[in-house]
Amino acid sequence: MSLDEKTAGAQAAELHRRPPVPRWLLGLGPLVLIAILLGLFSLLNAPGLAQLSEGVPPKEEVAVEDVRLTPGQIEITVRNEGPDPVAIAQVNISDYYAPFTQTRETMAPLESTTLTISYHWVDGDPYEVALVTSLGGKITAEIDAAALSPERGSSFFSLMALLGIYVGVIPVALGMLWMPFVRRSPGSWIRILLGVTIGLLGFLAIDATLEGMDVVAENGAFGGTLVVFLGALLAYLALEGIDAWMRRHQDLSIAGLPAALPPQRLALLIAIGIGLHNLGEGLAIGSAYSVGSLALGATLIVGFAIHNTTEGLAIVTPLAKEPPSLGRLAVLGLIAGVPAIAGALIGATVYQPALSAFLLGVGAGAVAQVAIKLLPMMKDHAGRTFTPLTSAGIILGLAVMFATGLLVQA
Amino acid sequence: MPKNASRALPSRRSMLSGAAALAAVPAFSALQASASSGHDQHSGNGTATGSGTSRAGDPPSAVGTGVSHAGHAGFAGGSVLPERAGIDPTAILRDFDRGKTSTLPDGRTLREWDIVAVDKDFEIAPGVTFAGWSYNGRIPGPTLWAREGDALRINFTNAGAHPHTMHFHGIHRAEMDGTPGIGAGSIAPGQSFTYEFDATPFGTHLYHCHQSPLAPHIAKGLYGGFIIEPKEGRPKADDEMVMVMNGYNTDGGDDNEFYSVNGLPFHFMDFPVQVKQNALVRIHLINVLEYDPINSFHVHGNFFHYYPTGTMLTPSEYTDTISQVQGQRGIVELRFPYPGKYMFHAHKTEFAELGWMGFFEVGAS
Repeated sequence: MSLDEKTAGAQAAELHRRPPVPRWLLGLGPLVLIAILLGLFSLLNAPGLAQLSEGVPPKEEVAVEDVRLTPGQIEITVRNEGPDPVAIAQVNISDYYAPFTQTRETMAPLESTTLTISYHWVDGDPYEVALVTSLGGKITAEIDAAALSPERGSSFFSLMALLGIYVGVIPVALGMLWMPFVRRSPGSWIRILLGVTIGLLGFLAIDATLEGMDVVAENGAFGGTLVVFLGALLAYLALEGIDAWMRRHQDLSIAGLPAALPPQRLALLIAIGIGLHNLGEGLAIGSAYSVGSLALGATLIVGFAIHNTTEGLAIVTPLAKEPPSLGRLAVLGLIAGVPAIAGALIGATVYQPALSAFLLGVGAGAVAQVAIKLLPMMKDHAGRTFTPLTSAGIILGLAVMFATGLLVQA
Repeated sequence: MPKNASRALPSRRSMLSGAAALAAVPAFSALQASASSGHDQHSGNGTATGSGTSRAGDPPSAVGTGVSHAGHAGFAGGSVLPERAGIDPTAILRDFDRGKTSTLPDGRTLREWDIVAVDKDFEIAPGVTFAGWSYNGRIPGPTLWAREGDALRINFTNAGAHPHTMHFHGIHRAEMDGTPGIGAGSIAPGQSFTYEFDATPFGTHLYHCHQSPLAPHIAKGLYGGFIIEPKEGRPKADDEMVMVMNGYNTDGGDDNEFYSVNGLPFHFMDFPVQVKQNALVRIHLINVLEYDPINSFHVHGNFFHYYPTGTMLTPSEYTDTISQVQGQRGIVELRFPYPGKYMFHAHKTEFAELGWMGFFEVGAS
């Protein structure tokens, strides 16, 4: 070891003469060391700790992500959410071993496989699918009533796009028709309307959070319900950051600006927040429809439309005193509504529960951030935020959303 | 079951020819090649033509027989080949272990067997490993054959990881019963014990482990046939065989995922029981199924005489379907008047489609 000591000593001596080691190297050094150590540790198969895993049977934790029925076939996508590799060896459909193919024979942790099973299912019949693993474990998926899954062709995608327009773009645009009414309303009315807006944004935040948690309730891969909250936090912080960044630039040019946000930007923020929310909502609708768990009748579409009309009102309320141009209003409406189309398309194409839950969380965080930003605007001449009027407005907003939400209990 | 479907099955010889047969079965090849192939392969219920998915160049890592069961239940790619599974139901059929015989001073025959309980993995379905407990490394264990009145000596060694016993159905003293706490009781891992008793009464019997918890100690594979031939013998049969009906509970739940006769699900679909036209076929049928209360046996295109427990020389019934509860057994005697392939299976279709079905193939005499 004398050689090492010599070089170390030489290096120490050099430190005095040479300029200090660059900062980035100091940051990178520990990272490299950690990587080398981890590599050695796994290469040597956890030296000294081998018996820790001895006799512990592998854990087989698999989540069913997607079930699709096509004529004479059932397609099931499953994901390994456990720590050990899992191999699906046999597929049993209601006590019948059916021939199948799969895209991946052994799933490493977090990997998925799609099984294409030959089975002449009967329309309307319930089935219990049991995927038998190489160790004999069973992963079950229920098909409550077999029905053909919609084909994912171009007509299907245009259908999804139309759906997005129905539940996203049109309702928001309709809601914005309250603009003239808002403009002519006196200050106290505006405060009530702001309260209503806050109430409905709050409702959306709670609703989206619960929906996101529901989506990943039985799917622990990628953290389960954690992704909803991470998504919400991420959206909240991102919007706050953008907001602060925009404000800093403006502060440089215009001095003495009030602390509250300018209405134009607030409206934009609301539109973005609602847009993110509608992305999640479109995703949920698209995926639910494509996996056949949601029959989208006219009632349901109307329900969603009424439910979302209130979102248009939310965008225009802060603009009461600074009426924008028609073009700007249209842009705001599109920002809020169009993501529903994208969501429906994504949801119908690549159904991934964790992604859906994450995006629902993002929507929740975004609308929550906007709701909080709106609070200062409700202040009356005495500087009070919560007055009987504004509280009543918030309650009214919650009530309206709750009532219209009952129309879309799918 | 469509009768003509059987014709689609290749002969036994063509099945054994490996790759050629496999090439014709997209279901199987797709299963094998699926890791790299994506979504585009569909097995088409085993009836598809194989041109698009030939796997002639693939390594010979055969899991199953490569047989497709058009219109029948079965695993994608057929049942597991016996050498891979570690179980050969066809060999078990006619494998009567008569033991090492010698003559006692009193003139009686002494039969001796060495039976070792070992833990062993079996591939009971393509890709599905069953961590079994076995007598002499096979499920079901060896079929012990004796003549009524013979002296029997079974040298049992427990090489497994858990205590086991050998409990014989028959008439014997309490300490030879293989019941924990009585006589030698539980035989601990590494220990041995010799069970000694006389072969009586004649009939078709069984033996199994009687260590508690009973269900896993039996269902993991510790059972076998125990045949006592009447002193005067039975009418000579042209073909005598044993069929042990069992099941496999692979996930530790309260039901079986697989069912079989002689240990390997769907084996006799791919390797039919070969019999001769008009020959007297005697089947010692034993039910050791756990977790399900009743098993059954049904044969197509024929009727049989049934001798419950085999303890009488006159049949009790002429039928084509009988049922047995756990531990119940009997003798099935039949002749096939016509050549061809005839199914036999549990008439509980769930069991049948989870592995307990097969064919007799009757060769013209």
